[in-house]
Amino acid sequence: MTEFTLWDIVRNLLLAARWTILLSLVAFVCGGIFGMVVLFLRTGRSQALRHIARGYIELFQGTPLLMQLFLCFFGLALVGLNVSPWVAASVALTLWTAAFLAEIWRGCVEAIAKGQWEASSSLGMGYVQQMRYVVLPQALRIALAPTVGFSVQVVKGTAVTSIIGFVELSKAGTVVTNATFQPFTVYGVVALIYFALCWPLSKASQTIERRLNAAHRHH
Amino acid sequence: MGYIFDFSSVLDYSAVLLKGIGITIELILVGGIFGVMLGILCAWTRSFGPKWGRWIVTAYVELIRNTPFLVQLFFVFFGLPTLGFRLSEMQSASLAMVLNLGAYSSEIIRAGIQATAKGQFEAGASLGMTRLQTFRYVVLLPSLQRIWPALSSQIVIVMLGSAVVSQIAVEDLSFAANFIQSRNFRAFEMYFVTTVIYLALSFLLRQLLTQLGNRLFARRAVR
Repeated sequence: MTEFTLWDIVRNLLLAARWTILLSLVAFVCGGIFGMVVLFLRTGRSQALRHIARGYIELFQGTPLLMQLFLCFFGLALVGLNVSPWVAASVALTLWTAAFLAEIWRGCVEAIAKGQWEASSSLGMGYVQQMRYVVLPQALRIALAPTVGFSVQVVKGTAVTSIIGFVELSKAGTVVTNATFQPFTVYGVVALIYFALCWPLSKASQTIERRLNAAHRHH
Repeated sequence: MGYIFDFSSVLDYSAVLLKGIGITIELILVGGIFGVMLGILCAWTRSFGPKWGRWIVTAYVELIRNTPFLVQLFFVFFGLPTLGFRLSEMQSASLAMVLNLGAYSSEIIRAGIQATAKGQFEAGASLGMTRLQTFRYVVLLPSLQRIWPALSSQIVIVMLGSAVVSQIAVEDLSFAANFIQSRNFRAFEMYFVTTVIYLALSFLLRQLLTQLGNRLFARRAVR
């Protein structure tokens, strides 16, 4: 029987962690772009589109990510697309991230004083112009901390994709455990790697929040 | 596209589904009640406890909040037996949920405690209450009231997160879905129905928590 050193375990897990990072980046970037679209629909002028966007957000916030993954995995196959776990995971995480980011950003947009909307409206700006030149630049400031904070949720969310067979850090943990029979060590290391990925993001979010609040107090 | 949807094959297994729903509800009841209790304990320790207690709680909270629930679950179920704690699937899932909610809720509750006016503590002290009594009778309930919406959301999030406990063979709702789709090969329909059930459960849980909040805080003037 092969003996596994701690380094063997750590090395294999670190190699798998690359996929966790890549999937997180894809989900966060694509989710951010799509989330911006949902935000525009959610805060826009058309009532029908607002309702649709709201329904979308509530659907994705009110159901488990695991179920969304399964539905993407099996649903995309139904419409004739040949999906790998990688594609299904990216699509599901993107949709999930978009819903949460849109809701976070909506709060930030609504925190902008009404006078700003009225002022820009009186300058003859349309909705998109108001958002682009007046509201979003200000909302971005308040949105930064919670957005960075949510990126932690995205990294942690990628763990669930192991269940549909995408080999990232958690799945690698299971595989390595089955080879080494050292679940305590392996899952301990897995947890530490996740911690190393997420903790700096959490701290950054807190720091940004504190800094912005400090700036606020001096006004 | 030649696929014909067949939801009737899902209904054939409604007994399995119902059992799964029951387990999911059981998990969130245990996880919710003990998780919030742990959260209150941790929030108290971090606000008023001894310095070493604060350190331990901070480390625990940071560790839980920065690792995925799935890994926590695997660590409890597969890892702890190495140390001699052998727990059943159900016990492991409950413990993982309690630990998870405990960490998140302690941060939420702590925010509520910090927002308590200083005069409240002084008023308690002037009535001859000990610090623990002041916390128990004066500070805690208004603090909970302040953060109740956030706490409710967190409990719903933990309920939705509990879908992954099927991975350690707890026979919850998502386990039922996996089981049934492996029998009738109607994966999409099965997960669709299950998703709708989860959506209904999260809606009901939110309603229930709102009602509970109204009850708990009924006699308090809203501040």
